[in-house]
Amino acid sequence: MRAVIVGCGRVGAGLAERLAREGHDVTVIDTNTEAFTRLEPDFPGQAIRADGTDEDVLRRLGTDKADWFFALTEGDNRNAFAAQMANESFGVKNVVAKINDPVRAEAYTMLGLATICRTRLLVDALARNVGLDPDPGASGVRQAERHHDHVAEVAATAADAATDKADR
Amino acid sequence: MYIVVVGGGKVGYYLAKELLEAGHELVILEKNAGRARQISDELGSIVLNRDGCEGKHLAEAGANRAAIVAAVTGDDEDNLVVCQMAKHHFDVPRTIARVNNPRNEDLFKHLGVDEIISPTRMVLASIEQDIPVHELLHLAQLKGGEMELVEAQITDNSPAVGRKPTDINLPEGSSLFLLLRGNSVAQVRSDTVFQAGDKVLAVASGEGESILRRELIGDGEPVGAAG
Repeated sequence: MRAVIVGCGRVGAGLAERLAREGHDVTVIDTNTEAFTRLEPDFPGQAIRADGTDEDVLRRLGTDKADWFFALTEGDNRNAFAAQMANESFGVKNVVAKINDPVRAEAYTMLGLATICRTRLLVDALARNVGLDPDPGASGVRQAERHHDHVAEVAATAADAATDKADR
Repeated sequence: MYIVVVGGGKVGYYLAKELLEAGHELVILEKNAGRARQISDELGSIVLNRDGCEGKHLAEAGANRAAIVAAVTGDDEDNLVVCQMAKHHFDVPRTIARVNNPRNEDLFKHLGVDEIISPTRMVLASIEQDIPVHELLHLAQLKGGEMELVEAQITDNSPAVGRKPTDINLPEGSSLFLLLRGNSVAQVRSDTVFQAGDKVLAVASGEGESILRRELIGDGEPVGAAG
């Protein structure tokens, strides 16, 4: 399988290593070459210094042929943006965005993105560790609750609601 | 009208200033504390030193009662997230985003941002206007892109020189309507005779454009930025 990973932080580098060791075709992108020192010297994939939110860059790196796309930079917005671009502009089916702000993660799950929220994962793990009930929404990657085609629908509903609001 | 402006850079600052002068009620969200203070010194206490990308800060700014949320930071990804949160979380009727990379325009539209302002595109369009390109100049899209408002520059070699609109084989659905000659502007009439140096404003559909170009400008290789 072909994977594109944006952001070569600890998570991005770790995932890139694992996928590449399993024989997958991995491209990891970061704007900072220093980040690539997190990869093993014999990393079997490609490490590219570029801006992973730039459509031209993603096209050049063959994102349209990717099976998996992971947006794992330190910026929630960059991740939400890159992931939506992979999904909408390049038609990648399996896209995950790391969004650490739980409110934004929730919102994007509703807007059709699969998300992983470090904050919620850690809070849940720690809470369970001291015997609290698990948070069912916290575990692993949260799959999108709506397909992106419904975004327009949501927008239309929002516009209707706004008209109602204005009418009142 | 209540407006939430996200981003207190140059654009956000002058935008807020103009809107205030026009009598609108607004708040600016600016995440940099120094910059936020600077703006409140200038414009009064209309600044919240918060990151407008976070839902709770948009709530604090009263996004749920805003008629417009304008995201004008220098980062496209932030502007997109602000507009998406405003639209889908707070039911804001109109969202406006500044887009710095013109390539992002389509994606923003597709993802539901109501209005897109691209300074890069505007400067680009302005530069293109100054280049003597023997092409139709696109001025505006009409009917959601089905029709284009275009400008044709008639030169010495144009087949239209010395001809009247009735002598020109216009493509279906197109219309010549305004003549810019020297400093004067006149309607194109059936007895107008085109001269070199004229500019003609026309409306054309997508496929009619190439015919219009051939009839008004000629078949010569387009010259310009690429040539």
